[in-house]
Amino acid sequence: MNILHVLFKTSIGKKVVMAVTGLILVGFVIGHLVGNLQIFLPPDKINAYAHFLQGLGGALWIVRLVLLVTLVLHVYVSIQLVLENRAARGGEFYADQKTLKASYASRTMKYSGPIVFFFILYHLLHFTVRADFAGAVVPETTLADGTHVHDIHSMMVLAFQNIWVSLAYIVSIGLLSLHLSHGFSSLFQSIGLRTRAWSDFLSKVAVVVSILYFLGNVAIPVGVLSGAVKVQNPDVKLAPTCAAGCEICPLATALAANQSEN
Amino acid sequence: MNVKLRVWRQKNNDTEGSFADYEAKDLNPNMSFLEMLDVVNEDLTNSGGDPIAFAHDCREGICGTCSCMIDGKAHGPETGVATCQTYMRSFKDGDTITVEPFKAAAFPIIKDLVSDRQAFDKIQQAGGFISVRTGAAPDANAIPIGKDVADLAMDAASCIGCGACVAACKNSSAMLFVAAKAGQLNLLPQGQPEKDSRVLNMVASMDEAGFGNCTNQYECSAACPKLISEEFISKLNRDYMVASVKTLFKAKAL
Repeated sequence: MNILHVLFKTSIGKKVVMAVTGLILVGFVIGHLVGNLQIFLPPDKINAYAHFLQGLGGALWIVRLVLLVTLVLHVYVSIQLVLENRAARGGEFYADQKTLKASYASRTMKYSGPIVFFFILYHLLHFTVRADFAGAVVPETTLADGTHVHDIHSMMVLAFQNIWVSLAYIVSIGLLSLHLSHGFSSLFQSIGLRTRAWSDFLSKVAVVVSILYFLGNVAIPVGVLSGAVKVQNPDVKLAPTCAAGCEICPLATALAANQSEN
Repeated sequence: MNVKLRVWRQKNNDTEGSFADYEAKDLNPNMSFLEMLDVVNEDLTNSGGDPIAFAHDCREGICGTCSCMIDGKAHGPETGVATCQTYMRSFKDGDTITVEPFKAAAFPIIKDLVSDRQAFDKIQQAGGFISVRTGAAPDANAIPIGKDVADLAMDAASCIGCGACVAACKNSSAMLFVAAKAGQLNLLPQGQPEKDSRVLNMVASMDEAGFGNCTNQYECSAACPKLISEEFISKLNRDYMVASVKTLFKAKAL
C-alpha cells in the first residue's frame, strides 16, 4: 500500500496529516511568540535576533518552505475533510440536535481556522513583506557591535500604536488560541496516543497552553498601547518630515504620535 | 400521562419526509418508549391510518435494532441506554417529543423511523471476525489472557451495532463502531494473526460506505447506549498507522 494513498486518500490518514502538520504549526507559533516577547527587552536584543534570522540565508528559506508546505497541507486536507463530512451528512439534519459533550472550540474549528488563515496572510504582508509601510523604509539602527540592522523593535512598536492593528491582532490570536485549545489535544487522539490514562490531563494542558499563548501574545499590543514599550531609536524620533496629523504615510502619523507622547 | 409526538414520516428514501403530530394519551409512565409507540400505532391502525414504522427486536437493550433520535439525542434523554430501555417516566406529562430516524448518507431511510444500517454489516464482513478451526469448544483458559486486557476487550465487545455513534456525530462518522469492532479482536491473542488486514480492510470499507471523518468531539461515546470510550478510536488510529507502515516494508513472495 502506497504511503501517499494512506495519508491523503483514507479517513484516518487525513486525520494524521492534520495532526502532524498541526503539531509542527503549534511548535512554530510558540517559538515565534518566544522570539517576539524580546520586544520587552532592550531594542538591541530583538533587532539582533531578527538580523540573525534574516542572515540565515538558505536555511531561512528552507524553514520558510517547510512551514509553507505544512500550512498548505493543513488547510488543503481540512477543506477535503469538511467537504467529505458534509457529504456524509447527506444534507439531512435533525430538527434540534443536542450537543452532548463537544467543546465550543471543537465545534468552531472550521470557522476559527479560515479566519486565522486570512490573519496569517495579513500578518505576512504586514511584517514580512511590510506592505503596510507603503513605500516608507523600515527604520534602521546600529547594534552595540557596530552592525547596521533593521530596527524591528521600532517597526513593531509603531505598528501596534495603531489601535485597529492591535485589535485585529488580539482578536485573531484569540481565535488561534481557541483553535489550539481543541487542536492540541485532538492531535494526540488522531495519532493514537490519547488514552484514558491521561486524556483529562491532556485536555487541561491544551487549555492552559492556549491561555498562556493568548496572554503572551496579547502582552505585546497591550504593552505598546499602554506606553510600557516605546520607540527608543533617536533617528526615528528625529525624522524631520514627520508631524502630527500628517497623512502621507501611516508610519509618519504613528511617529508623530510617539513623539508627542514623550 | 399524556404526551404529544412530532414524528418524522417518510415513505422511502426517494421521497421527502416531514413531521406529523400525534397525541399519546393515558400512558403508564413505566411503559417503554417503544410500547408507547405500539399504543399510538394501535390507535392509528384502528382509525385506518398508516402505523409509524420503527425498528425493534429484543427490547432488552442488547440487539441494537432500535434506533430513533428522541428530542435531538440518539436513544433518548437517558445516558447509556437504548431506545427500548427508555421509559416514559423519563419524560414529563404534556411534553412534546420529537422522534426522528438515524440520519446519514450511509444510512438511507427505509421508512419513517427505520434507516438501513447494512453499511455496518459490510464493515463487519470486511474484517470483524477471526479465522479459527471449527469443532469441539476449546478448553476454558487454554489461552491465558490478563484480566485488564479481557475487561478492555469486553468493553469494546459490548457494542451492539445500533448506529447511535453515526447518528450523534456531526460528520456521520462510524469511527466508534469500527474502533469497537476492530479493537475488541485486536486486543485478544485470537485476533492477532489478522490484526493488520482487519484494521486496513474495515477502515477501507468504512470509507467506501461514505461515512464521515472523526473530528474528535466524542459525541459518539456520549450517545453510545453502551458508553464505549473514544479511547478505542485512538487505538484504531494507532493500529491503522502501524498496519500501514508495516505493510510498506512487508517482504513479498516471488
